[in-house]
Amino acid sequence: MTDILLIALAMSLLYISIANRLFTYLNILVFQGFILFGVTFLTLNKISTVNLILIMLETIVFKAISVPWFINYVIRRNGITREAEPYLPNFVSLIIVTFITVATIILSSSIKDPNLDKTFFVVALSTIFTGLYLIVTRKKIITHVIGYIIIENGVFVLSLAVGNEMPMLVNLGIMLDIFASVLILGVFFNRIGDLLKNPDIDHLRNLKD
Amino acid sequence: MIGIFLTGAFIISGWLLYNRNIFVNYALLAIFMALLLVFGLYEFNHINIRELEFFNPDALGVLLLVALCVVAIPVLFHGYRYIEIHNVDETPKSRGLFFGSMVMLIAACSVVYLSGHIAVTWIFIEITTLSASALIYHHRNLRALEGVWKYVFICAISITFVYIGILFLSLSLKDAGIDDMSFESLYTNASKLNPFWLKLAFLFIFTGFTAKLGLVPMYTAGIDAKDKAPAPAGALLASVLMNAGFVSIYRMYAVMSHTPLKHWANTVMIVAALLSIFVATVYMTRIKNIKRMFAYSGIEHMGLVVLGLAAGGIGVYAAILHIILHALIKPSLFLQYNQIYWVYQSKSIYDVGDYFKYNKVGAIVVFLGFISATAMPPSGLFISEFLIFQSLFEAHNILILIVVLVLLTMIIWGFGSNIFKLLFIPPISIDEAKIPKISSWESLTQFVLLGLAVYLAYNPPMIFVNLLQEAVKLIA
Repeated sequence: MTDILLIALAMSLLYISIANRLFTYLNILVFQGFILFGVTFLTLNKISTVNLILIMLETIVFKAISVPWFINYVIRRNGITREAEPYLPNFVSLIIVTFITVATIILSSSIKDPNLDKTFFVVALSTIFTGLYLIVTRKKIITHVIGYIIIENGVFVLSLAVGNEMPMLVNLGIMLDIFASVLILGVFFNRIGDLLKNPDIDHLRNLKD
Repeated sequence: MIGIFLTGAFIISGWLLYNRNIFVNYALLAIFMALLLVFGLYEFNHINIRELEFFNPDALGVLLLVALCVVAIPVLFHGYRYIEIHNVDETPKSRGLFFGSMVMLIAACSVVYLSGHIAVTWIFIEITTLSASALIYHHRNLRALEGVWKYVFICAISITFVYIGILFLSLSLKDAGIDDMSFESLYTNASKLNPFWLKLAFLFIFTGFTAKLGLVPMYTAGIDAKDKAPAPAGALLASVLMNAGFVSIYRMYAVMSHTPLKHWANTVMIVAALLSIFVATVYMTRIKNIKRMFAYSGIEHMGLVVLGLAAGGIGVYAAILHIILHALIKPSLFLQYNQIYWVYQSKSIYDVGDYFKYNKVGAIVVFLGFISATAMPPSGLFISEFLIFQSLFEAHNILILIVVLVLLTMIIWGFGSNIFKLLFIPPISIDEAKIPKISSWESLTQFVLLGLAVYLAYNPPMIFVNLLQEAVKLIA
């Protein structure tokens, strides 16, 4: 069951690579949040109940509901156009994300470590690299934020792989989630959108040498 | 004591954020300063006594903590001058935010120095990002927004990298059958760790912390931050925050040095260091923004520090000496920058000139700061840089040494041509009636910092040398 959920997560990456509209991105974020909720429930069966409830609450409340809702709010308030505006055509993106996934599978099959759960490793790494790829190839600031949140989801999957032995690390991951998202989204909350009427990164090119 | 200090600092910082009364504001700052000094003194007398399970004030941590105490006093003082006298659009709210986040930044950095657990280091490095971003966004204009956005985003990515590194480290611990991630346990069990995961962990952790230390690949965030933050905050970012990054990388490298992977780690670090010095050279030779020039000079010095670390031998000693002296010299340049801005109302090199005529004492500070930052004798950095070169020579890295020397010469040329333009060449147009009178005691703290750097390098007290030698022992 865990494998099915993780593979669904990997498939959502392929979908996000060809998504055209920002709201599709948000739906995928919600979807990934629910998947992570399920994976947490199925994987972390050796840690204390209170801790498990805390982690699951974080995935559902934070990843699946509040962050996508807040991004949605930012998009509406600033009247950001619905297009994702990639630099590359969608077809190329699809190929590249597929290539990332295949490369991580090849990489993980070259690792001979009995302690490692390969599925977790492959899905986590491909999610992280897809997030990085989205950041470099999309034009809007808000898609950069979405890319970063996808990276965080990947990191969360990776932390689940070691979660049973070291629950502390999963808790740290949650701290990272909350802290970094609050920091990044807090920048928007601080009326950045109002200062930047057209939130393209082209407007952030003044600081240079 | 760490518990008391942290609680006190958090209370003071929170109070500063919500307080609107000017008298309470400065009273709180004075209390924090006293608390910091008592804390520094206490840890100085209690080296290697574990506290609160996760904190271990070893020699390196205490050295940097003392350096932080020395730097914090002038920085807070100049922060006061910056807010009070020369900034008309300060409100009680922005003042509270400025000092609150400054207190938070200083407290978080000092705890990073003393942390004995990689997760604790990571948490407090996050807090430094939070407080630094509040400082960078102090002026609330579009440029500051751009700076803070880039800083927050790159730091968020790099902190994620460190987290991934910690996860890989935990995978490498599984082989050894331990689950204690404190640095001490990592040092003792280093030989048992799985080398493959350890390699990956080091790569990710090193890359992540370069955002704070200021090395290729993540150095860019720090440059914009130091440029847009008010100069006293820039002084903190350019010294104590970089030291926090250094401590984190140093401890991780110490783990690597106990394993056969040491040479591989050295190669990684030498590549990053050389690229940093190269990048610094490229920008220093053509840069026209004085504040960014100071920031790039920091990148160069961090490159040298990591080079010394990787060369080993006397280089490790020199690296720690270098980072401490740098933490004294760079703030004095940044603190002096405010006076330059008051005179010319611009940070572009095209608008400035003839500084000796308008502000004699300030010009002497800039001149001495330039000599110190480029490591010409009698600068303290001359000693540490010389030792780093010696270690490179002894490690038979002659080619690297030659490349670095050539790059450094170009940096001195670029730095010097800008500084001499500022000091001696008359500006194209300047309204002399508008130039404010700057009293010379505003430069006093800068002289003290620069003088201290010279003193520590040429006539080091015994206790200082002992602590340095103790800190070097972490590396096998």
